[in-house]
Amino acid sequence: MPASGAHNSVGLVSPCRARFGTAFQLANGAVLAEHELIYETYGELNAAGDNAVLICHALSGTHHAAGFYADNDQRPGWWDLAIGPGKPIDTRRLFVVCSNNLGGCDGSTGPNTVNPETGKPWGAQFPQPQVQDWVRSQKLLAEHLGISRWAAVIGGSLGGMQALQWAIDYPEWVEHCVALAAAPKLTAQNIAFNEIARHAILSDPDWYEGDYLSHDTIPTRGVALARMVGHLTYMSADGMSDRFGRELREGSFTPEAESEWVFQVESYLRHQGTRFSAQFDANTYVLMTRALDLFDLAVGDHGDLTAALDKAHADFLVLSFSSDWRFPPHRSIEIRDALMAAGKPVTYANIETDNGHDGFLLPNETYEALLTQWMRRVGPA
Amino acid sequence: MNRLDLNTVLGWVPLGSKVLDLGCGDGAFLKRLCEERGAVGVGVDIDPDNLVLAVSKGLDVIQEDINEGLNCFTLSRFNVVILTHALQELTHPHLALERMVDIGEEAIVSFPNFGHWSCRTHLGLKGHMPVSKAMPLSWYDTPNIHFCTVKDFEALCSDLRIDIVERATVAGTAQKWLGKWWPNLFASSAVYRIRRSAH
Repeated sequence: MPASGAHNSVGLVSPCRARFGTAFQLANGAVLAEHELIYETYGELNAAGDNAVLICHALSGTHHAAGFYADNDQRPGWWDLAIGPGKPIDTRRLFVVCSNNLGGCDGSTGPNTVNPETGKPWGAQFPQPQVQDWVRSQKLLAEHLGISRWAAVIGGSLGGMQALQWAIDYPEWVEHCVALAAAPKLTAQNIAFNEIARHAILSDPDWYEGDYLSHDTIPTRGVALARMVGHLTYMSADGMSDRFGRELREGSFTPEAESEWVFQVESYLRHQGTRFSAQFDANTYVLMTRALDLFDLAVGDHGDLTAALDKAHADFLVLSFSSDWRFPPHRSIEIRDALMAAGKPVTYANIETDNGHDGFLLPNETYEALLTQWMRRVGPA
Repeated sequence: MNRLDLNTVLGWVPLGSKVLDLGCGDGAFLKRLCEERGAVGVGVDIDPDNLVLAVSKGLDVIQEDINEGLNCFTLSRFNVVILTHALQELTHPHLALERMVDIGEEAIVSFPNFGHWSCRTHLGLKGHMPVSKAMPLSWYDTPNIHFCTVKDFEALCSDLRIDIVERATVAGTAQKWLGKWWPNLFASSAVYRIRRSAH
């Protein structure tokens, strides 16, 4: 039986598109005359409309959160672990929506789509979106789908930040909010890693100031290097030691051997970089990392995170992952403490794992049990 | 739930209180407080399995080590902060007590009384650290590292400028009245309502 036929899979899915013909102004003042969002849904919206859940993807995520595109599809959506019948986000009860963010490269209007004014791809001319723009565009999508309130908005990493932004920008829209491996804003170290990634892309000779598509090329080397650096920050040192150790994929440690050495970890990182560079748009990577840099939940409240979160009406679940050094547990604790100081209902746990920042995407008994049990309070009883 | 001290605690929590339950375990008692006293509760525990059980009861819980100082709660306010039968497990019980009366208008603490005659018999006559049905672990692998007596606890409260609002004792049926009159000798557990002294 194909994996898409498993009892706890949402099965075969296909993306949908929503077109918005009215002007959409971004936080930086730029205006998109029209735009499109690509999204997927799983489960059924009930008559009362009170079972809709929004999933926000991370930096390089897509609208394809669960299920398979074909019977012979080897890889399900990026969060198939959590979404499906009988899974923590149970599609037998909940109607799940996941959209590709504006400025993305998987089908929503972004740098690799055509700018109607020029008839050419936007490229580097695509305006810089910010997290609050994504929230506003997802609200338009919700209204398009006949949804007037989310039973929950859920996300990990950048998606977790977006979920928190939802909770404070549209409090009456968000009943529950789940922020996994998130942070209230980036640190200098976080921004530095993003800058290294951008620099890798911008120094690729095939970059052409972001206009590579009209030069019929893509800066794959730069994007691959950007991804290698990024990927490194998603794993923990212990997790990498367990998985790769000092194993050689090619070559030998014997003294007489004269060969090239390729460690398993090198091979893995190169593979990740290459695979990613073939499918992810360089301009989008630059825009998404910049949106992360600019994100600050408390920016409208003079840096007062408690005041920012005080606006929310949601119940919160905040989870961190013990070996995450990209957004370490203490960043989630900042969010948790501000929520408690604002008197908001919050559950917090730090999941013990070697999976690093990627912990929110990978199997873990405590993590899955907590998410499952907490999600039971979401949606109609 | 057959620990007698919990019934006393339950009766002391005013209806509709905002409650912080330190060391909430599987959340069964906090759930009772919510159902029977209309409390709005937050639980604190360090054990992942307990967190899952508490969350499955619909409770909000925070994973935190009480020994880390409970600093995360400094900005929150609770009507009642509860610590039942966990004082003796803390690294610095006195610091926890001070924190409790600071973050809560009132705190409720219960602990096993090490001054109980059976403990004294163990130590005084047999020469061994007490082991009982309620506390079956040997001295070297018990989580209970800071035992105290009723007298000790009251002396500590006085040192810390913490007022004792009310005291209740738990004793076996035969020693019920003895426990009330001579708690340090006959109470197996003691339960206190305490608050920061106004003076």
